[in-house]
Amino acid sequence: MSSNILDYYNIDELFSDEEKLIRDSVGKFVDEEIIPIIEKHYQEGTYPKHLTSKLAELGVFGITLSEDYGGAAANYTSYGLAMQELERGDSAIRSFASVQNSLVIFPISRYASEEQKRKWLPKLVSGEAIGCFGLTEPDYGSNPGGMITTARKTENGYLLNGAKMWITNGTVADVAVVWAKLDGVVRGFIVEKGTPGFSAPEMKGKHSLRASVTSELVFEDCEVPAENIFEVEGLRGPLSCLNQARYGIAWGAIGAAIAVYQSALEYAKSRIQFGKPIAQFQLIQEKLVWMLNEITKAQLVCHRLGRLMDVGAARPQHISLAKRNNVDMALQCARLAREIHGANGILGEYPIMRHSANLESVKTYEGTHDIHTLILGQDITGLSAFE
Amino acid sequence: MNILVCVARVPDTATKIMVGSGGKAIEQNGVKYVVNPYDEFALEEALRLREKNGGTVTAVTIGTDANVDVLRTSLAMGVDKAMLIKGDEPTDSYYVVANIAKVAKEISPDLILLGKQSVDYDSLQLPAMLGEMLEMPSVSVVSALTIEGDEVKAERDIEGGKEQVACKLPAIISAQKGLNDPRYPKLPDIMKAKSKPIDTREAEKTTPKTSILAIEIPSKARAGKVMEATDENIDEVVRLLNQEAKVI
Ligand SMILES: Cc1cc2nc3c(=O)[nH]c(=O)nc-3n(C[C@H](O)[C@H](O)[C@H](O)COP(=O)(O)OP(=O)(O)OC[C@H]3O[C@@H](n4cnc5c(N)ncnc54)[C@H](O)[C@@H]3O)c2cc1C
Repeated sequence: MSSNILDYYNIDELFSDEEKLIRDSVGKFVDEEIIPIIEKHYQEGTYPKHLTSKLAELGVFGITLSEDYGGAAANYTSYGLAMQELERGDSAIRSFASVQNSLVIFPISRYASEEQKRKWLPKLVSGEAIGCFGLTEPDYGSNPGGMITTARKTENGYLLNGAKMWITNGTVADVAVVWAKLDGVVRGFIVEKGTPGFSAPEMKGKHSLRASVTSELVFEDCEVPAENIFEVEGLRGPLSCLNQARYGIAWGAIGAAIAVYQSALEYAKSRIQFGKPIAQFQLIQEKLVWMLNEITKAQLVCHRLGRLMDVGAARPQHISLAKRNNVDMALQCARLAREIHGANGILGEYPIMRHSANLESVKTYEGTHDIHTLILGQDITGLSAFE
Repeated sequence: MNILVCVARVPDTATKIMVGSGGKAIEQNGVKYVVNPYDEFALEEALRLREKNGGTVTAVTIGTDANVDVLRTSLAMGVDKAMLIKGDEPTDSYYVVANIAKVAKEISPDLILLGKQSVDYDSLQLPAMLGEMLEMPSVSVVSALTIEGDEVKAERDIEGGKEQVACKLPAIISAQKGLNDPRYPKLPDIMKAKSKPIDTREAEKTTPKTSILAIEIPSKARAGKVMEATDENIDEVVRLLNQEAKVI
């Protein structure tokens, strides 16, 4: 199995055999099953449905989940490497896997009753069930604590009212993890597709993550059974999920950056202008070297963060630093790669514009770049700049 | 059906190869190693035959402790047993074959599968030598295989066509690209492979039949040259072929 991963510092030596094998296996899948078909889906604005069962078969849902529920029980470093490879294909596919792993399987495995775990986890791992995560609302994005979706205790369970927006996989999900205020406190609920009062219309017209389904979730007197509530209170619940997902995104961004870098390097070596390959011009070399430099640094940040995650020593701020740095650098790489490709950079024949447009979403979701700046700023100064 | 699959650990074709300080081996520092691509076809074929007929698939490799990684890959793909014949870096093909033959005699497989060649030293000798040593039919460069009972039908790639070959089990088959589409190891299986035992035994030394005098990298990478289609350039091409490339 040949891996074509950019590894300037021989960082490979820092990974175990199974970590590398997981990366290379997912990488091969991406090369053979995702890259050849993704541009068409991106252009047509469709999620490649046939991939769900293949991804499940490969084992990328439930990567860190215990074997008792069908997971692979791999470590976080392996999870990160898998996300890197998926996003080398397309951010939409990585987003799908992030939601399934970090935002649905994770909270159910951590906060749901044993019965709910048995009901949902094996199906989420096998791809029989798709999940989604509803936190953001039309009027509450960076400030989810302000949410106005409510839950009210009823005789048999809870009555949900309100609306969520920008929810990845909402329309195609069989199960939604939904956050709502019960007596003013944020709580999590499992909402099954088909529950009366629950609908999930798709949001159309995106210029980014076009191969991913994004939806609204609407709750109108939607009653869920009492056992569907999570055992966690306050924003701590959803934030613990976001931490997991942000961690994966930090790795994923490296994948997207590698994809555009490799394309730019190849292009620069073969494109002749003024009688020479453009790779021979200093300005082009500077751009390529900038990318190499930033990707290598990002890889080292993620390797270290992975090891911290593996021993349970990563703080949310550590994850913010990696998400903030890596997504921004990937977006810069995509823009530089676009310049190097000249007009060809805007064509679907090259992966550049697709990654570039996708990364605009990635920079915003899971805590915008600026929100992570404020998280880090607060951490080092002790002063909150949020309000 | 019991199947033995020989798996080599070779430099990833994407890595840049450099000559080591002794001038007789490649520099191993910084080189990434993978399962020999042709052996992946052999592994896949073995797994499919087992899925159809039952039995056991054993993967064997010869080399140092570093070779355990290709065995883990084989286990992750689904082989039942993994064996490391531990010794120094193989000296020549004879050494490899002698050691594999010894194992084969011990476990008497119905079928031995291996890649048509390993993409490091490309000696292409194993399948034939193994056939000779084990007195088994050996069919090389096979791109399609069917086995019914002990009847083997193999299709071989030959210059400009295909050749159909028949033989009986036990037999040796070397795999060519196109034989199948090797599976991706699944993440849960990769994790399970981690704790499976590796049967390790010492390699038997043999007197080398051949020895490497030197290896070298072609002095100049071949750089393509594109010229415009003008009459003057025809003369220039002739001049370059004659004076620079010195081929005419
Ligand atoms: C494709 C896509 C998929 C998504 N999937 C999901 C999903 O599955 N589930 C889910 O719950 N959400 C999802 N989201 C929503 C995403 O998490 C939010 O968009 C994000 O949190 C930002 O919220 P907002 O868009 O409302 O921006 P706002 O919060 O309105 O921010 C607008 C701008 O103001 C800045 N800003 C806000 N507050 C401050 C401050 N205090 N100081 C300085 N600057 C500030 C922000 O940085 C940003 O630049 C998704 C979004 C997209 C685009």
